[in-house]
Amino acid sequence: MTDTAVTPERAPAVRKAAPGGARTPRRSGRRRIALPYVLLLPALLLELLVHLVPMLMGITMSFRELTQFSIGDWSAAPWAGFDNFSVAVDFNAPAGRALLKSFLTTCVFTAASVGLCWLLGTAAAVFLQENFRGRAVLRTLFLVPYALPVYAAVITWAFMFQRDNGVINHVLHDQLGIGDTPAFWLIGDNSFWALLVVSVWKGWPFAFLTVMAALQNIPREMYEAAALDGAGVWKQIRHITLPSLRPVNQVLVLVLFLWTFNDFNTPFVLFGKAAPEAADLISLHIYQSSFRTWNFGTGSAMSVLLLLFLLAVTGVYLLLTTRGRKTSRA
Amino acid sequence: MPDAARARTPRSPMAPPRSFLWTRRIFLTLVTAFVVLPVYVMVSSSLKPLEDVSGKFEWIPSTLTAAPYFDIWETVPLADYFVNSIVVAGAATVLSVAVAIFAAYAVSRYEFRGRRVFAVTVLSTQMFPGILFLLPLFLLYVNIGNATGIALFGSREGLILTYLTFSLPFSVWMLTGYFDSIPRELDEAAKVDGCGPVGALFRVIIPAARPGIVAVGIYAFMTAWGEVLFASVMTNDTTRTLSVGLQGYSTLNDVYWNQVMAASLVVSVPVVAGFLLLQRYLVAGLTAGAVK
Amino acid sequence: MRRIRVAAAGAVTLSLVLTATACGGSGGGAGSDGDPRTLTYWASNQGASIEADKKVLRPELDKFEKETGIKVKLEVVPWSDLLNRILTATTSGQGPDVLNIGNTWSASLQSTGALLPWNAENFEAIGGKDRFVESALGSTGVRRQDPAAVPLYSMAYALYYNKKMFADAGIAQPPTTWDEVIAAGKKLSKDGRWGIGVEGSNLSNNIHQVFALGKQNGTDFFTADGKADFTSDAAVTAVKQYVDLMAVHKIVAPGNAEYAQNQSLSDFSKDRTGMVLWQSASATFASQGMNDDEWGVVPAPVLSGGPGAGAQTNSMVAGINMAVFKNTKNLDGARKFVKFMTSDEEQVVLNKAYGSIPPVMAAQQDPAFDGPALKVLRDTLATSATALPQVPEESQFETVVGTAVKELFAEAAAGRPVTTASVRAKLEAAQQQMPKK
Repeated sequence: MTDTAVTPERAPAVRKAAPGGARTPRRSGRRRIALPYVLLLPALLLELLVHLVPMLMGITMSFRELTQFSIGDWSAAPWAGFDNFSVAVDFNAPAGRALLKSFLTTCVFTAASVGLCWLLGTAAAVFLQENFRGRAVLRTLFLVPYALPVYAAVITWAFMFQRDNGVINHVLHDQLGIGDTPAFWLIGDNSFWALLVVSVWKGWPFAFLTVMAALQNIPREMYEAAALDGAGVWKQIRHITLPSLRPVNQVLVLVLFLWTFNDFNTPFVLFGKAAPEAADLISLHIYQSSFRTWNFGTGSAMSVLLLLFLLAVTGVYLLLTTRGRKTSRA
Repeated sequence: MPDAARARTPRSPMAPPRSFLWTRRIFLTLVTAFVVLPVYVMVSSSLKPLEDVSGKFEWIPSTLTAAPYFDIWETVPLADYFVNSIVVAGAATVLSVAVAIFAAYAVSRYEFRGRRVFAVTVLSTQMFPGILFLLPLFLLYVNIGNATGIALFGSREGLILTYLTFSLPFSVWMLTGYFDSIPRELDEAAKVDGCGPVGALFRVIIPAARPGIVAVGIYAFMTAWGEVLFASVMTNDTTRTLSVGLQGYSTLNDVYWNQVMAASLVVSVPVVAGFLLLQRYLVAGLTAGAVK
Repeated sequence: MRRIRVAAAGAVTLSLVLTATACGGSGGGAGSDGDPRTLTYWASNQGASIEADKKVLRPELDKFEKETGIKVKLEVVPWSDLLNRILTATTSGQGPDVLNIGNTWSASLQSTGALLPWNAENFEAIGGKDRFVESALGSTGVRRQDPAAVPLYSMAYALYYNKKMFADAGIAQPPTTWDEVIAAGKKLSKDGRWGIGVEGSNLSNNIHQVFALGKQNGTDFFTADGKADFTSDAAVTAVKQYVDLMAVHKIVAPGNAEYAQNQSLSDFSKDRTGMVLWQSASATFASQGMNDDEWGVVPAPVLSGGPGAGAQTNSMVAGINMAVFKNTKNLDGARKFVKFMTSDEEQVVLNKAYGSIPPVMAAQQDPAFDGPALKVLRDTLATSATALPQVPEESQFETVVGTAVKELFAEAAAGRPVTTASVRAKLEAAQQQMPKK
């Protein structure tokens, strides 16, 4: 194949040649050694203040019996040992079972949402890579869902998903004649699909934006060379565009995953105080278990479990994707 | 696409095949419909009287009224909320991007002890469920306030600090990726020309990574712009942001659907316009020619 | 920007020290500062909008300032945020001096110990306990403890009916019992019109209705010593009776199962639903374009006979209470402010503005509350309204049982049968979610 000259060897040129090699340590005096730390300091301090310290406090709370009777002075709340955790993982009791169900729902939901967001975003970015009439308009239009305040966007969808007065049923039932009676979208089993649609609508422009930015960094010569070698558009996309996106995809997919998994705003605005079982995402579930029923100890324990899960998934993911990249390059 | 060949396009030497053009046309049409539908519903509903909005949906409003666009300012102090949101999201974005650029530069260009630990820690904070540290963070801010008099709860500063940190992990990580993709020879050359490491960052790296910086900036902005949970407990009526403030259109007795839609549109217009402007910089990465 | 940086740097150093000592809510004080001439007040959103509320309250607060020299910093907190704001304020000790709470939260918030107990001395300072209506005082905290709050606005449920739809269906008399409601509902339910509206996805509303039906069947949903008792036959019957309006009698439009934003009121004003059970709907009807003479109002239904005490209860005691944060640095000012707000004169002004009933007896006699709609509400409050259980777990009760009813409505709307067994199963699951005692 002629285009092997183009890819994949040259594609990673956008990234630096090899992880360790180019990173030449410079040891010209003490100032140089201090410099990276100085650069990191603001980020480090902020993370400490807003994330790390409160998280440690949160973990402490998960070991306390923190209910309405003790939140007035939480540092004096009685210690509960692992009680909160055993409540959360006792899958024979309703609380544990509900948590497990919510967790599984969230997993399925996240996989579907991230997949669709990535697919739509990448496809749109690739299709808009080349200039044609109307491209600029579409590019702006596609960012609109992202620019709307979350509350406004989601409440509009809630409005559209109303059974009797919403536009979705107006189209599906009244105009297309699907189903004998109009379907419910905000309660019952369909609520899962409603949530998925809203989540994708809100989330895909971000994938689009990121991929679009990444496409800017692919040297044009690569396409020109490929075209001279006779590679068609589809082939160019497959052999140049997609491989070049890999480093960005690694980040993008992980971020979309974490983001969707922890998403609170969407289900909260869409369903209000009590999400239907089919769309009971874990973050809302934990909110219910802490803020609505005033049991912050158990809520914190659930959050800690969630955090451990996400850490594990991320670790495995990074291990796999990074190794995958190394072997493909070798 | 008559002018495709003349336009400065990456794949110009050969016209795209039919299959590609049709796939593109169909795909873009469907996606456009998907994106536009809620926007259309917002626009049309914002022009209907309340009785019509709370009735059966109509594609074409039977009664048109501009009243919601006037009422929105009376129902809630929308202008104040808007200013709060812009200030909070704007400051959080600028600071977050600045902090992230420095950190990403360090991670991308230096080998130092603790580099991996930093990268992993920062990344892992992206996983914290907000619900886990909402209450602790609030307590922390209150205690800081009691001890020092710096009001972080209920103030814009506290919210800015919170939001800037929300987008920081991702920004650092993403920018590190973008910086990595900039050939090292460029900053080496700058250093030969007499720039220090910081000079190289400002003269070479930042201009070359502009699309990435813009993308990250937009991300930081939108994170702050849309956040509901923290804003609902960390603000009061003088610092309340839009995402919480818009809920004021649904009260105990009524939901002013038409006003919600009108207000959402009004506040979104400047943001969309801002996106439009920034897009030029995003695209500029292509023409800047620094990275090839 | 520089200020923020400095703040950030300082904050981090401090945070370490502070977590080491783990300050809880004990530190700090409520309100802005210890200045005896200022107070912070969180008002709940009672009127058409937050801005409308400010317009109602501001002149009164100015009046208070003129009388006492105390300046009140007002914040109208939307309902969506109010409970969370109170919880964080409770936890951190950083809250207002005076605040409004939903009266059903009284016992729950009382148990946090953050609110000032209204003992004899405190009641004396605002003119005495006996100025207030008995039923309103019943919803201020756990019985035999000092109340955690003072009644401010009172409300009760009544049955609103659409006169035109009743005439069209040939119903001469508005119903007074549930059987009559069902009979009227069946006459009304045809051609896309329906008998009665419910807010199936609104947890609080579900609880309010189910509670009244529970009383009529002889249960409080809690045992006398305050334990959750959701699975008694009476409780199951009450919940089933309510859901059966849709599931069996088909007098509720299935779409109501997803209602949580007062859509049933808009249906009512569009002549699509003949009846609604509501607290005070007149303002909403007006904003939906319905004239006052197009609807009528009668006391909410009972099982048989007429409304009264005990099993003849036809409404919960709805309303807003006023509470003082215990750690206020301006206790004297706070009491003065509560006294002002519950004075006969202010009670008339405020309740008139909000369409509610004054819980202060003297103010109730004002002719402003003699209109046909308000008179029904006033009589209900005086004779046949019962407070929701005053137990610390009340807010959990609302969440879990309210959700159970919501899910049962969803089943009914989907056409699945709702049986005694399925109701009992839902309530059993709800009870298991209650905190163990």
